[in-house]
Amino acid sequence: MAVQDYIRSRFFPHIWCVGCGHGTVLNVLLRTVENLGLDKRDIVMVSGIGCSSRMPGYVDFHSLHTLHGRALAFATGTKMSKPELTVLVPMGDGDALAIGGNHFIHACRRNIDMTAIVLNNRIYGMTGGQFSPLSGPGVVASTAPNSTYDPAFDVMRLAVGAGASFAARGSTYHVMELQKLLEKAISHKGFSVVEILSPCPTHFGRKNRQGDGVEMFEWLKDNTARLGSKAAEENGELITRGIFVDEERPEYCEQYQSSLEHSRED
Amino acid sequence: MSEKTVFVQGNEVCAEAALYAGVGFYAGYPITPSSEIMEHMSRRMPGLGLKFLQMEDEIASLAAIIGASLTGHKVMTATSGPGFSLMQETLGFAVMAEIPCVVVNVQRGGPSTGLPTQAAQSDVYQARWGTHGDHAIIALTASNHQDIFELTVDAFNMAETYRTPVVLLLDEAIGHLREKLQIPDKGELEVVKRLRTAVPDGVDYHPYLPREDGRLPMSDFGDKHRYNVTGLYHNMWGFPTTNPDVIHGLIHHLVDKIENNLHQITRYKEYYLEDAECVLVSYGCSARTALHTVKNRRQRGMKIGLLELQTLWPFPANLVRDKCSDARYIVVVEMNMGQIVHEVKRAVDDPERVFLANRVDGEFITPTNIKNVLRVITGRGV
Repeated sequence: MAVQDYIRSRFFPHIWCVGCGHGTVLNVLLRTVENLGLDKRDIVMVSGIGCSSRMPGYVDFHSLHTLHGRALAFATGTKMSKPELTVLVPMGDGDALAIGGNHFIHACRRNIDMTAIVLNNRIYGMTGGQFSPLSGPGVVASTAPNSTYDPAFDVMRLAVGAGASFAARGSTYHVMELQKLLEKAISHKGFSVVEILSPCPTHFGRKNRQGDGVEMFEWLKDNTARLGSKAAEENGELITRGIFVDEERPEYCEQYQSSLEHSRED
Repeated sequence: MSEKTVFVQGNEVCAEAALYAGVGFYAGYPITPSSEIMEHMSRRMPGLGLKFLQMEDEIASLAAIIGASLTGHKVMTATSGPGFSLMQETLGFAVMAEIPCVVVNVQRGGPSTGLPTQAAQSDVYQARWGTHGDHAIIALTASNHQDIFELTVDAFNMAETYRTPVVLLLDEAIGHLREKLQIPDKGELEVVKRLRTAVPDGVDYHPYLPREDGRLPMSDFGDKHRYNVTGLYHNMWGFPTTNPDVIHGLIHHLVDKIENNLHQITRYKEYYLEDAECVLVSYGCSARTALHTVKNRRQRGMKIGLLELQTLWPFPANLVRDKCSDARYIVVVEMNMGQIVHEVKRAVDDPERVFLANRVDGEFITPTNIKNVLRVITGRGV
């Protein structure tokens, strides 16, 4: 089956800007789904609000485009009520970690079997380039004209600390690696988080003089390194890519199922 | 009528009635004075093979049941004022995406944290206009346990029939009251099943194309039809649009499917209205006091009656106008600063006849509170 079979071409063209990384993420994600041999009928894609959250509209899965920050809460109800479904949740950085931070940590804690994909462009794109909790200090944004001083979350440490049993970081430059990370994340039984560094040339790039889409992709190549690599060890400034945690832990829906059997015995 | 008579709390009645109506999924967050509904569900649902989930807050609770409704389950959550405030954006999503769900608000005194353990009926307008944007909503209420059971089943039936969230407005007094309930037999009350599409696999299914009767057959997530659900204005595919004609059609559909079925949605009770010169209009816990007052005053020869509203939204204005047409005085009895009284004033021909008997100090409204208002109206002093 070709990737085209997984999209709703009726609703194209998509809303993403030239040079945006989100289209690359969608491309890699659909190849991953194809490689894993998943049936479209068994996949639900749930999202919140933002540029990345428009993704469900374009894919030929069951799709639910919800409220800003709340995607994981909606997805939890969907998964819990029909555990045989594969649930994919693309989210933006503001969506997942600012307004949706509470749902994010609790979804990690429950270890419910779904894949949260955080498309991190370090900016609020849809609303015009305001800074996000992943912007970090020294970023110019439309609500930080003299640059930010807010510290950023480290999504990987947050996810691991909150109890996610799989957490990985990739980038839209390193697509083959990203596909492997997504394959592992979707196959993983439990809550998995994949943070994907995805450039926003329109808002982040322009305001922070990082150039166009191509230059921002180059930036990802130059400023990231594989976890445990020599480059990462030698230069602590580089953003690390790879798997930060991959553990087997009791999955939430299975735990509920075994508690059902327990209460039937009572 | 069933042989099974029990002595239970109002919140438990609501939970049992939800099970009778076929609830398959419950998610909630504890809050006084509604928590017993959730606790009862946590005891009952796992044993029945149903899904129960405690979420991290009320926003997540309503979001989770919407996510579960889309997989084909009847769903419910319960809360009180502060939690109901948090749910408002998500309630609007359910209105826009036309997701059947039941939201119970066991009212307590507000605003803010207010009076967690005491009764009020001050969320009536919030149920109507709490979420932003034009919309219609169904809100039901009840004054005793038998009625809580029936109205809870009605709430599920209406949610499925009209593909809408239904707000069930209970209150602390009724929720925590213990009294007799005769549990209806299976089949005694009508239970509406979800309407599912007959469109076969391989043929285009339009999730948001209403039938001629305004209803939209659903398809479960995980079933053969894959479609989009969004809180944005959307076309018949469920895909976002800014087409003015589509927007115009959708907002009218969302309002008309409820407002045009007012006669089907209206539930009420009436007592001694035939010759009533004074009509009390009340609902929920206040209607108990109003009914007591009516019976007491009737014994003394006063021509007084009670119209007890069980459907608050959409407001049954024609019903109120008809039932109050011959009355010299109309007294609205409610435990707030005056909410339904404004609707009654708008409904009747001569609003000067409409008065308010209320109580807002956390104490249950008494017959004396109503009697004092009647004395003033009839010129017999304070």
